[in-house]
Formats: sequence, structure tokens, C-alpha cells
Amino acid sequence: MKLTREEVEHVARLSRLSLEAAEIDALTGQMDQLLGYVEKLNELDTDEIVPTAHAVPLENAFRADEIRPSLGLERALQNAPQTEASCFVVPKVIE
Amino acid sequence: MHSRYEVVIGLEVHVQLTTKTKIFCGCSKDFGQEPNSQTCPVCLGLPGALPVLNKQVVEYAIKTGLATNHQIAPHSIFARKNYFYPDLPKGYQISQFELPICEHGWLNIETEAGGKKRIGITRIHMEEDAGKLTHGGASGSLVDLNRACTPLLEVVSEPDMRSADEAIAYLKQLHQIVMYLGVCDGNLEEGSFRCDANVSIRPKGQKELGTRAELKNLNSFRFIKQAIEYEVERQADLLDEGGKVVQETRLFDADTGMSRSMRSKEEAHDYRYFPDPDLVPLVVDEAWIERVRAELPELPEVKRQRYVEQLGLPEYDAGVLAAERAVAEYFEALVALHGQPKICSNWVMGEVLRALKESDGTIADCPLSPELLAGLLGRIADNTISNKIAKTVFEEIWRSGKSADQVIEEQGLKQVTDTGAIEAILDEIIAANLDQFAELKGGKDKLTGFFVGQVMKLSKGKANPGMVNQLIQKKISE
Repeated sequence: MKLTREEVEHVARLSRLSLEAAEIDALTGQMDQLLGYVEKLNELDTDEIVPTAHAVPLENAFRADEIRPSLGLERALQNAPQTEASCFVVPKVIE
Repeated sequence: MHSRYEVVIGLEVHVQLTTKTKIFCGCSKDFGQEPNSQTCPVCLGLPGALPVLNKQVVEYAIKTGLATNHQIAPHSIFARKNYFYPDLPKGYQISQFELPICEHGWLNIETEAGGKKRIGITRIHMEEDAGKLTHGGASGSLVDLNRACTPLLEVVSEPDMRSADEAIAYLKQLHQIVMYLGVCDGNLEEGSFRCDANVSIRPKGQKELGTRAELKNLNSFRFIKQAIEYEVERQADLLDEGGKVVQETRLFDADTGMSRSMRSKEEAHDYRYFPDPDLVPLVVDEAWIERVRAELPELPEVKRQRYVEQLGLPEYDAGVLAAERAVAEYFEALVALHGQPKICSNWVMGEVLRALKESDGTIADCPLSPELLAGLLGRIADNTISNKIAKTVFEEIWRSGKSADQVIEEQGLKQVTDTGAIEAILDEIIAANLDQFAELKGGKDKLTGFFVGQVMKLSKGKANPGMVNQLIQKKISE
């Protein structure tokens, strides 16, 4: 498969990365190589194999519906660069 | 209306569950607390924090799935839905994508024509809610993460509805069911039961679906209907003018009754789902499913049918009484004590629900237990008091919590069934109204009411109306 420049730009946008044109060129080549490596898997016949969601043979890890203490307002907000009215402040989001 | 078009509606409903804690951490999910006071490393999305699934959420999902005729998946997994928005601290929402817990369900709705229509439900999956953003802050948008990680069931219907009325019928049915099950408090205004509507139209006869718009911010049944109707008109106008419907999310504004475009969805749908490595697969065995199935309450549709077929109630009564589980239970307790379902129904609908409405309460606030009401109905049945006096007694029991017998005794309301006493009153009235009595005798039957009324008045409502009637007939034929 051949990864296109547009696909790299698209993925960069989704990841909120702003890249220089030269970086996009370099990444297109590198990411294409990575995908090519993973593509080796396509040489295997996997028709009979159920898709694997997890590699560890574990299931059903539950928690009972019991309240545990929260962090508390002060600790919850202590790393926030800016707070107002007990809230985290982020740059204005326009819907 | 644009009769050239057929309307196609699919609904996504987010049902907030009534668990005590969040879906992946032990924080309380109480509504209305101080912002960010109910958060921990898991729901704040701090690095290294690991989610652990609340078992009650699975239990509720199975319950809801069974009550809406779904197949429960023996094996399901959680996925990350990736997108950037400040209400989502991790940069992804934990949801289910492939292999949700419930698939292939359906509900029957009553159509306007009086028939039944089956609405398919594609799936129900479990997921976490996002936090809450407010945009009025002085320095930017404000983020409150109390709601982050609150457990939701997302119920996704097939595009099977063909009018706003069908959509509402489906939603009300689903709403009743989750309330019956006790998995949701059903409060639309507080966002416990949220609906997004996917609306498209197509020329009649066309097979392919038209481009759809997704309507959001619909927090009452009335607004949902309004928003869908507005959207259908908007799309039809667009097509009529030769324009095209754009796939977009539209926000409904209840004040104007109109909607506006929120954001175009070109790229928004690239969520790059993948299995969440932090959560192990969920396996639900047959025994678990059967245990939950055995615990299901009788559901509203079945109840309605039973009220009509076994108790002989009119459809209307059955619909009102079965709409809310607590009301249905009250009614059934009353019937168990008193029998006579139609009379019980009249009192529950006519008096109990009316009085509750006036005092703005729910059946849980009802000061009249089924036992107290049955006591009152018993006194009507054995002719101690008339129906009319019973309403006065009802008000008094409502106020004081005393028994019917006590109120009747204290206020001297016992019905006069002594023929001699009633006859004496009647004679007095006839003597004062000889002309009318002559007319009555002459065949003017309408005057019977006048004489009954007079006797009731003079006896302060305590005369037995049946006996008064009999006596009048006796006097006429004398």
C-alpha cells in the first residue's frame, strides 16, 4: 500500500499537530514503511481466527457500585493552569 | 404539508443510569453538586489512572436490553472513541463499538390509526458521559467534570419512524420502560433521558434514504416534536427550491422553535475506534441473563393489555394507570383490597391523580394509602355514604390521614337509609311544591331531578339517592 500526503495531513489534523511541509514529506515515507511492515500480517491466513481485542486471557473485572471518596475540589484543581468558579478554564470553545 | 415526501426518523437516546457511582470509578454521581467536587484521577483523565467497570451498569444494560427484546451478547468489549473536546479530559470516550452488549431489539408503538407498529432497535451499548462546559466564563469556557464518567446506555433505533408522532410514541414507550425498570429517573430537563433525532426526507416511492440532519438539545417531548416538524419543513423547502440537504448537526432553540447548524461533520466522524486495552472483555453467561429476566417487572404494554382483558377496563383507563409503575402498583393494591376494578380506576384517575396534580406531587406523596382509600370505597359499596359525600370524605382523609369510618362518624355523614326519615323530608317538599308535583304526576318526568335535588339538599346530601328515587316513584303512583 502507498500512504498519501493527504492521509498524513488528515491524521495530523485529527491529532491537532501542525506540521511543516518538509515534516509531512518525511513522515509520509516513514509511516508508509511502518504500515508496510505491519502489512506482513496479511500474508497469514486469518479467516478462521476471531478478532483479538485483548491479548491477556482475562475477563469480567468488576467494581461494586459503592461510593468511594473523591479527590476533593482543591486537589482536583491543583494542577489546572487557570480556574474560575470551581471549574477548569479552557480557551473559549465556540460550538 | 409536503405530501410529496416521506419522513424518515431514527432516534438515539442516552439513558443516564441510576447507579450510585460512575461507570469506571467510585465517585458519586449526585446531580447538582459543586463543580469538580465529585472527581478522581480516573474521571479527570489523569495519566496512569485505570478504569474498572461498575457491575451494576452491566446489570442495568442487560435488564434494559431484555425489556426491549434484545439479544444479549455473551461476549462484548469496550472501545475508545477518539476526539478532542475539552469536556473529555482523556481525549477519548470509553464506549462500545463492535460487539455492544445488546443487539436486534424492538418495541411496539400504538399508531394514530389505532394499530401497532414495530420499531426496530439496532443496539444498546454502555458508555461514559462527558463533562459539562459552560461558555459564560470571564476568562474562557468553564469545565465541570462531575458528569464525566457517568454511566449511560445509548439506545439506537432503526430509521423506522415516519412522523414526529411515531417518534414521540416510541420515546414515551422507552421512557416508561426505563422508569419501570428503575434504571433511569427519566428526568428529561436534567438530562437523564436525552434524545438526538436523525431526520431525513425522500420523495415518496424512493428507496434510498435522503441526507440526514442530526437534531440535538431536545429536552422535552414537546420540543422533540416541534424540532422534528420544523426540520421536515426546512428540508422540504430546501428540496422544493432545488437545493440539497447537508449532513450536519443542528441545535434546537426552544425559544424560537427553530434550529441552527452546529458544525459540519466532514471530519468529525473520524473517531478511530479501537478496543480499549484498559478494560477486559465482558462475558455474560446464560445464567446471568436468565436471573435478570426472572427479575423483570411486568412491563407497561403487558400491563395495559391485562387491565383491558382481565380487569375489563377501557383502553383509556389502562393507558393512564399503567403509564407509571408506582401508579399501577397503587391501583393494583387497591383492587386487591376492594375488587371492582372500574370503580377503583375511577377513583384513582378521577380523585387521587387529580389531587396529586393539584398539589404538584407524585404517587409517592399520596397521603391516602390504598388501604385508606379501600376503606372509603367500602363505605360507598355498603351504602353508608353516597358517592357525593364520599368525595367530601376523600378530601378530609387527604387532609387528616384519618380513616373513612372516623371521618364519617365525626362529621355525622352517615347516609340516611331510613325510609321513614326520607319520606318525611319528601312529603315536606311536595307540600311546598304542589304545582310541580302535579306536573310530575301528569307525566313531566324531568321534574324527578328537581325533587331528588331538593331532598338531597335538605338532607345535606345524606339521603340515599336511589331510595329517594324509589320513593318519588311510589308517590307518583299513589
